Amino acid sequence: MLKDITLGQYFPGNSFIHRLDPRTKLMCTIVYIAALFVAKSYVTYGILLLMLCLSVAVSRIKPSALLKGLKPLALIIVFTAILNLFYIKGGKELVSFWVLSITTEGIKTALFMVFRIMMLITGTFLLTYTTTPMALTDGLEIILNPLKKIHVPVHEFAMMMSIALRFIPTLIEEADKITNAQKARGADFETGKLTERAKALLPLLVPLFVSAFRRADELAIAMESRCYHGGEGRTRMKKLSMKASDFITIFASLVFLTGIIVLVQFGF
Amino acid sequence: MPIIKTEALTHVYSKGSPFESVALENINIEIAQGEFVGLIGHTGSGKSTFVQHLNGLLLPTNGRVLMDGADINSSKKLRHEIRFKVGLVFQYPEYQLFEETVYKDISFGPRNMKLSKQEIDERVREAAGFVGVPESLFEKSPLEISGGQKRRVAIAGVIAMRPDVLILDEPTAGLDPEGCESILNNISDYRRATGATIILVSHSMEDIAKISERLIVFDGGHIVMDDSPMEVFSQADRLRSIGLDVPVVTDIATRLRELSIYVPECCYTVSQLRDAILSLKKGGSSC
Ligand SMILES: Nc1ncnc2c1ncn2[C@@H]1O[C@H](COP(=O)(O)OP(=O)(O)O)[C@@H](O)[C@H]1O
Ligand SMILES: [Mg+2]
Repeated sequence: MLKDITLGQYFPGNSFIHRLDPRTKLMCTIVYIAALFVAKSYVTYGILLLMLCLSVAVSRIKPSALLKGLKPLALIIVFTAILNLFYIKGGKELVSFWVLSITTEGIKTALFMVFRIMMLITGTFLLTYTTTPMALTDGLEIILNPLKKIHVPVHEFAMMMSIALRFIPTLIEEADKITNAQKARGADFETGKLTERAKALLPLLVPLFVSAFRRADELAIAMESRCYHGGEGRTRMKKLSMKASDFITIFASLVFLTGIIVLVQFGF
Repeated sequence: MPIIKTEALTHVYSKGSPFESVALENINIEIAQGEFVGLIGHTGSGKSTFVQHLNGLLLPTNGRVLMDGADINSSKKLRHEIRFKVGLVFQYPEYQLFEETVYKDISFGPRNMKLSKQEIDERVREAAGFVGVPESLFEKSPLEISGGQKRRVAIAGVIAMRPDVLILDEPTAGLDPEGCESILNNISDYRRATGATIILVSHSMEDIAKISERLIVFDGGHIVMDDSPMEVFSQADRLRSIGLDVPVVTDIATRLRELSIYVPECCYTVSQLRDAILSLKKGGSSC
């Protein structure tokens, strides 16, 4: 149950994509998202989908693992589809009853929206599946570094994010353990009315919070006793380094985005 | 009929994902009513996974778990009821305390059993008595008592359900020697008073040597030994090869034999060794 949460989960591997610098992957993802919002037609969507499939194939991540990540968002996707289906008018009218009607344009927009959301999510999942959370925050920190000039606490944000990411699996494991311990005493988390079920969560939430605070306290002490005092003058043990393949990939993705824009400009 | 029996029990975590790991493989075991069984094994050998099958918290990937001859996973109702019959005390159980008071926390199990108020009160007091939680602590918050006391309260919370089978997963981990000794004594007392079946998981040889009548040794998800403590501890080399130790006393006895002081091989507690040495002095030799 809880363990099925895939957010921010890393799938170890050694593919070309796994080996890319996190900054490269972040930039490519941003470029990909931009392209996704520029795309307007079957042709451009088709090219993007092909690109996504190619990247997934190269990463050797099982497509089923990526699709599983879509499950929690199924409701939103279906809702978007239905909304667009009935709301957008244009082209030939296919069916109509009462105040509702479905047009060809509606179908097309609904289809595009669904694909846009699914491709957006799958693309970002590909990033988190092939990059360790630590590498990701390191990359993000470096990319956002210029913001320090205008006093944005970039390092602190990055540190908070890596701590949060680091503790998600720990907290999930802990929640699982406490759930089991309470079940062993006959706690029932599955049946009953909504209010009863909310109340039944107390035996899980109280110990979880207590231990999260205890952990936070211990971590703060551990960090302080190792002389942590913010980002000032801090050096890295593992320096990120861009290789030739990284520059080539970024260049290729920019060419790709330009290509899409040009295609759209020419009415494709 | 054995009270607990497993048939070809296999458990695989995260089956079908890149993190798939086989934690138990083909475990066949029978535990009789009233037995005191010790489970030992290196960290990660599958002990905790095994005991969580015995009260239906984990579903077998393959195989069956029978209690009194009935498959505990055959119906949802049975799986819920089994929790009250097979009490499982988790490792570091003090992290599950959640109520405002010690008394309320111990009564959580009995309340889930939908017992009468009077019956619940009786059980809470009895359980607290077994593990040595004084009534003066009843109205305190579980967060403000000492670590050792928390552990006792948590164990009492399971004993209060009066389970036929009591399973304790490393109940002495992280306690001082005195606390260990006293909790182990509490468990023995509980068994003597109720005749319950006890399964004690530990990686401390000393603990387990002292009170178990039967030892089951896990290694890499398999059962590698299942015998009396005497037989198990006599195979010191084999135990060492799977990362376990023999009790210090057994070690001393072996060294003594190497020095041609012939104490019998079956010594694994201090009192046994003392008796053996004393009887050597008198000229006899017995176990
Ligand atoms: N929730 C879990 N998910 C995945 N693997 C697990 C989980 N719990 C335990 N394991 C794995 O199963 C094996 C047995 O673990 P466990 O039963 O906890 O052993 P023990 O209690 O003997 O230390 C270990 O290899 C462990 O990594
Ligand atoms: Mg364990």
